[in-house]
Amino acid sequence: MTRAPEKDAIISGVGISRIGRRTGIDGLELTLESCRKAVEDAGLRLDEIDGLTSLGDTPPPAAAAALGIEPVYHGGGFETGGLLSPVMSAFIAVAEGKARHVLVYRTVQMMGGEYVPQDEGGEGGEGMSEMRRLMVDIEEMLAANAFSAVNWLAMHCRRHMEMYGTTKEQLGWLALSSRQKAALNPLAVYKDPLTMDDYMAARPISTPFSLLDCDVPVDGSIAFVVSHADYAGDGASPPVRVEAIGGSPGLGGWFHRPDYPKMASIEAANQLWSRTDLRPSDIDVAELYDGFTFLTFAWLEALGICGDGEAGPFVEGGQRIALDGDLPLNTYGGQLSAGRMHGYWVLHEACLQLRGQAGERQVTSPEVAVVSVGGGPIAGCMLLTS
Amino acid sequence: MTKVRPRSGTRILPRLTDTNRAFWTGGGKGDLLVTRCEKCHRWELPPSQECTACGGPTRPEPVSGTAKVYTWTLNHQKFHPDVEPPNLIALVVLDEQEDLRLATNLVDIDAEDVKSGLPVSVEFEDYGDVFYPVFAPVEPK
Repeated sequence: MTRAPEKDAIISGVGISRIGRRTGIDGLELTLESCRKAVEDAGLRLDEIDGLTSLGDTPPPAAAAALGIEPVYHGGGFETGGLLSPVMSAFIAVAEGKARHVLVYRTVQMMGGEYVPQDEGGEGGEGMSEMRRLMVDIEEMLAANAFSAVNWLAMHCRRHMEMYGTTKEQLGWLALSSRQKAALNPLAVYKDPLTMDDYMAARPISTPFSLLDCDVPVDGSIAFVVSHADYAGDGASPPVRVEAIGGSPGLGGWFHRPDYPKMASIEAANQLWSRTDLRPSDIDVAELYDGFTFLTFAWLEALGICGDGEAGPFVEGGQRIALDGDLPLNTYGGQLSAGRMHGYWVLHEACLQLRGQAGERQVTSPEVAVVSVGGGPIAGCMLLTS
Repeated sequence: MTKVRPRSGTRILPRLTDTNRAFWTGGGKGDLLVTRCEKCHRWELPPSQECTACGGPTRPEPVSGTAKVYTWTLNHQKFHPDVEPPNLIALVVLDEQEDLRLATNLVDIDAEDVKSGLPVSVEFEDYGDVFYPVFAPVEPK
């Protein structure tokens, strides 16, 4: 196997801002909170940061000016990892020597949080053409009054139920388990206990999804410092090592894939496993995207953690995915209960778990963590080690 | 003759192009026109200029308009200021080819009666240039 370049990268620092619903706090202020913490956590000074990249709200030039830094690296280099692309690009950049310490952040606000890269270059801009390429069937969905990812993914979920007998209660076990873990996460927005009766009684959004199958929009910011692996041991915090990354070109859009209801997560996971000797059975903790409950099911199957159609029985009852279970899953409470940090809290949590710094929700000595983000034609995942 | 229905309310319809025009307007003459490869005869959606399987040239051809329900969702959330829920959204598979899927709305059926594999057939909603294909159960309840 060719040595994958991302193995020469580490995550040297992590930072998270205040998280909340309708905080009224400016996005730039949240960004500065997470970025300053991540740089300090990495044991670096701001003037040692030579790369800065992000996705969506609070553009990097504004953040660079406010932080007083002049980065030379601005992103690009691994463009098929969906929302995780800026992090993956940073891995490649430090491996190739284009930068030494790249600060990557994601800031979301309840009224923001674009699902796809915004069009920054007008009609023909790169972001827009990327969106069109990934969403070849978006026009058909909009014409059918299917305006939201909740509609599109509800149909994946329904198909999965028809094919495999997956049940609404099985989706509910993920929501319940996530809420239990959120209770141990001081930053989570929803910590009150949740029962199966509560879950089943929630108002329907787009059947079979109801409100508690959907993640919770929040304001917040999360940042990472990505450094070259030769910085490991020199930082202020234990390094998190990068074992492998995977992304997908997103062929087939939302619903024209021959293997529907599978998604781009299949190709992303296959790429991940092609870049490492580790296997699914080596995973100690899994932080899998849960913009909707079913997306976590799709990732469990795509990553080979369980077989096709087996995600429902896998999570049923909640024991297997508990903090002391065979595979602790979404240990921070997930986007379902902790909050919708749009793919970045999963990564933040994986780092804390591997560093042994997850507090009350720490699982016992994990060495390998998997992180995944995305749904439909957008997918990225990574394998990290302590 | 395929049934033409009045428009059901606001729809966000695509900008017509040389590639998609036949698909979205064919209902005006009673036909659901789907891209088909002249070389390998494979049907293809969304409409395309070239066959994604063999690269051959394509042209729009009428399909039978019969299909089976593949998956569906009943949307309850108001996402667009001019479109009122509930919306019965579905993917149907056209009978011509097992992977020929179309996003649509189901009409003349209650959500609780929808089943995977239910036989449905096309009807068109009149939006002027565009005749939007919706699907109704073949067996009325």
